[in-house]
Amino acid sequence: MSATPMVTADRISKSFGSNNVLRSISLEAQAGEVLCIVGPSGSGKSTFLRCINHLEKIDAGRLFVEGQLVGYREKGDKLHELKPKEAALQRRDIGMVFQRFNLFPHMTALENIIQAPMRVKRIPKSKATLRAMELMERVGLGDKADHYPAHLSGGQQQRVAIARALAMDPKLMLFDEPTSALDPELVGEVLDVMKELATSGMTMIVVTHEMGFAREVADSIAFMDGGVVVESGPPRELLGNPQQDRTKAFLSKVL
Amino acid sequence: MARQNPATGETEAQGDAIVAVPLRHPWRISIAVVLVFLLALFIVDASQRPDYGWAEVGKYLFDRRISQAAWVTLTLTIYAMVGAIILGLLLAIMRLSPNPVVKSIAWLYLWIFRGTPVYVQLVFWGIVALIYPVFTIGIPFMTPWITIPNDVFTNLYITAVIGLALNEAAYMSEIVRAGLLSVDEGQEEASTALAMSWGQTMRYVVVPQAMKIIIPPTGNEVISMLKTTSLVAAIPLSIDLYGVSRGISAVTFTPVPLLIVASIWYLLFTSVLMVGQHFIEKRFSRGTGRRQAGPASETDPAVAAVTAAPLGNDLGGKG
Repeated sequence: MSATPMVTADRISKSFGSNNVLRSISLEAQAGEVLCIVGPSGSGKSTFLRCINHLEKIDAGRLFVEGQLVGYREKGDKLHELKPKEAALQRRDIGMVFQRFNLFPHMTALENIIQAPMRVKRIPKSKATLRAMELMERVGLGDKADHYPAHLSGGQQQRVAIARALAMDPKLMLFDEPTSALDPELVGEVLDVMKELATSGMTMIVVTHEMGFAREVADSIAFMDGGVVVESGPPRELLGNPQQDRTKAFLSKVL
Repeated sequence: MARQNPATGETEAQGDAIVAVPLRHPWRISIAVVLVFLLALFIVDASQRPDYGWAEVGKYLFDRRISQAAWVTLTLTIYAMVGAIILGLLLAIMRLSPNPVVKSIAWLYLWIFRGTPVYVQLVFWGIVALIYPVFTIGIPFMTPWITIPNDVFTNLYITAVIGLALNEAAYMSEIVRAGLLSVDEGQEEASTALAMSWGQTMRYVVVPQAMKIIIPPTGNEVISMLKTTSLVAAIPLSIDLYGVSRGISAVTFTPVPLLIVASIWYLLFTSVLMVGQHFIEKRFSRGTGRRQAGPASETDPAVAAVTAAPLGNDLGGKG
């Protein structure tokens, strides 16, 4: 008997007005696995990611995290929307890292990290601070705790953002193009932190354009285009021997 | 030609320093001279004109009645502004709410209180105790269970605070709304993704950042309110700075000196408020990088785009 997958997307769809962003997406990510989602911009990768922690509502299909329905409760044959509090409870175990970092600019790096543990988990400040300092060390920024985001480089900001997400001790980490807003020379430091995280056994879903990272770290890669998963599989197969024409066309441009 | 020495990085020879005749601005100087002359003329004339009654000004500037009235003006301003800020915040959040009922109520409030003159509103609150002499609780059109005499609007000071606060709240709500809208959406998203509730997100993430946008115009409103308190004469309440000055001058027949006395007090208060506003603005610009000059304030362009929140463009919108 196999364990419950960390994330199960079962034919989910999502549209903004008449724009069908996701069209019947089915994907699975096992616990401890790194799933990379690649594809051209506008293919629905980020939207899919945002559905997993219910920042967006799906219109059709079912989405489960650890076997639990995201955003809804099933009673009989009807779905009931969760209250904001219950939705927040589901998000506690899911960390998210954004393309544009979204650090809180009016707080120092350390304050950014301790907010959610203090406010959501009611962890005392001293304890949260100790843990935050550990995380700052882990992302290589032990000496930057008192810096405001505006005084950190993009790469440093993104590493603080990763530490902030980790402070909630998530079971699953979502990365939404974490290196796309960075200067080329700063990409490596963020990818290194993510590699270390993957090695430590964290379940990660990463939307990325970094094919080198995907090849090296991912357990599986999904290629999305036009709101559908065109092809998915282990990196060696998908990158080395793509079956679909669209995948081949995309890879020929980015590899 | 100047060449860089690759070893030292210094220029071997420099171009000629520019020695040019600076552009003259003869009109600036002549206009300034004329204006200073006219000002001096006015001051000399005013100091000799008996109507100004400078002796009277000196006599009443620190008169006990005047300083007490100045205190009334100050407390009126503070109470009215505190009320206006709380109600304004509530109205702003109501207008941003997805609930159409709540939204409409806030809109209606704004429409009425911003659309009629504050003077007219104050006259109305002054006579409201005559229209509603008692508050009753019970089933409409039946004998009421409880009858409470209207003590709120018979107290003219409280009436003044309420009247000023209700009017100001309409303006404050627009200021607060512009501030809340100016905070980047990614902030709320990041906070939500960290499992913080809507209330926590507002309190710890959105409102502190909105303050930067809210505070400067609020300071303006405080200064404006300080002067608007002189309109409480419409209620009629006459224990404020302007009311008392007018009362004294009605007895002494020296209106101009007492107007000057009142103006000096108003100016003193507004000057202090301006200094206070400066420090509060500094406090709330934390982490923006604008506070510290030099290399520390250098930011990644992408970051600058995030932190430089777009200014709310709905301020003074259709109300």
